[in-house]
Amino acid sequence: MKTMFANGVRGAGTLFLFAVVFTALMAGTYQLTRKKVLFNEEKAKAALIAQVLPAKSFDNNLLKGAKLLSAEDGKAMGNDGDSYVYLAKKAGKTEAAVFEATAPDGYAGKIKLLVGVAKDGQVLGVRVVAHKETPGLGDYIDVAKSSWIEQFKGRELTPQNADFWKVKKDGGGFDYMAGATISPRAVTAAVKRVLEYVAKQPQLFL
Amino acid sequence: MSNQIISNSIWKQNAGLVQILGMCPVLVVSSNIVNGVSLGLATSLVMLVSGAAIAAIRQFVPNELRSPIFILIIAALVTVVDLLFNAYAHGLYVVLGIFIPLITTNCIVLARAEAFASKNSVWDSALDGFFMGIGLTLVLAVLGGMRELVGKGTLLSGIDLVFGPTAQAWTIHIIPADMHYQFLLAILPPGAFIGLGLLIAVKTALDKRLEAKAGRLAHAVASH
Repeated sequence: MKTMFANGVRGAGTLFLFAVVFTALMAGTYQLTRKKVLFNEEKAKAALIAQVLPAKSFDNNLLKGAKLLSAEDGKAMGNDGDSYVYLAKKAGKTEAAVFEATAPDGYAGKIKLLVGVAKDGQVLGVRVVAHKETPGLGDYIDVAKSSWIEQFKGRELTPQNADFWKVKKDGGGFDYMAGATISPRAVTAAVKRVLEYVAKQPQLFL
Repeated sequence: MSNQIISNSIWKQNAGLVQILGMCPVLVVSSNIVNGVSLGLATSLVMLVSGAAIAAIRQFVPNELRSPIFILIIAALVTVVDLLFNAYAHGLYVVLGIFIPLITTNCIVLARAEAFASKNSVWDSALDGFFMGIGLTLVLAVLGGMRELVGKGTLLSGIDLVFGPTAQAWTIHIIPADMHYQFLLAILPPGAFIGLGLLIAVKTALDKRLEAKAGRLAHAVASH
């Protein structure tokens, strides 16, 4: 009985020692790499945001110029959690804004987007940031797979062309690839929602 | 002994074609060469360090606590490798995603720790671990190459994630990019299963041929 207890204590002690040593190793590496990791994530995000804006159209640090939207505005974008808009400025004046938006009705889940809108309401660019659409079918919404998403560039939403903002199959004007309609339908609706929001918020560009 | 360990790890007991362990990452990550080789090398690194670490502390581990302690060590090392990937190879980190932490669950790592590292010297265990990983990497490279070629008509696509944007020029387009060639079966998991099956068949055939040759030689020597 006594030796069993002694063995148990010794075993627990050994496990504890190993746990302490290796947790220290992990914590140490985490500390050492923290700065580099944050830098990498910021860089990736900034590169992505810059993709929806024409080159050289802004001169400020996009990530530093981020504004947090109110909870209900965030919901209008389709996001849950914090919603940011990145204001692109030239010589101090806001020329464009990049919105984080979400399409909740993708084929296999939510599609996260960045939508760049100029101050005259024109779409400057759209990029899919994250999606779970089927590879080879719905994933053409990703710019890495096809240039489908480029057709949003230059479009605008006016009171007259609300019906244009659907895929061709639904009577609208946006192209889609046969056999995968749900993904482009979700993206088109999400971009339309962003433009509807912008139309109601002229003060964003002051 | 070293040569034996190396030839054992790469050919006779190859992790992917003979022991057939750690199939989940093999099948998913082998859709192109760059992803496959990157994960293979990460696995080799983990196996090298875990093999050495486990061999180094093997006297201090009570027999009944082998499993938890080995898993603890392997999980900690994989966490460290994951953090290093995130910091120094971010593009690749994003592409490989959850498959880096999944190295922990790769049966090969624990299997070699238990079967070899817990009973051999630090140097031998490090060698065994590393070359087991290299054997797996070779399988991933060949399978990745096959699947990429048949599925997309390219080789080395995605290499800019490792070597920077200038490396995009290194991607070899066997089938010209503007033909938009795609053979989905090769890119999705069923293609991986089929490809792996073919590789195992080829290896078995090669082994049989080598055996027959050795048999004839032995026979020739014996009959003199």
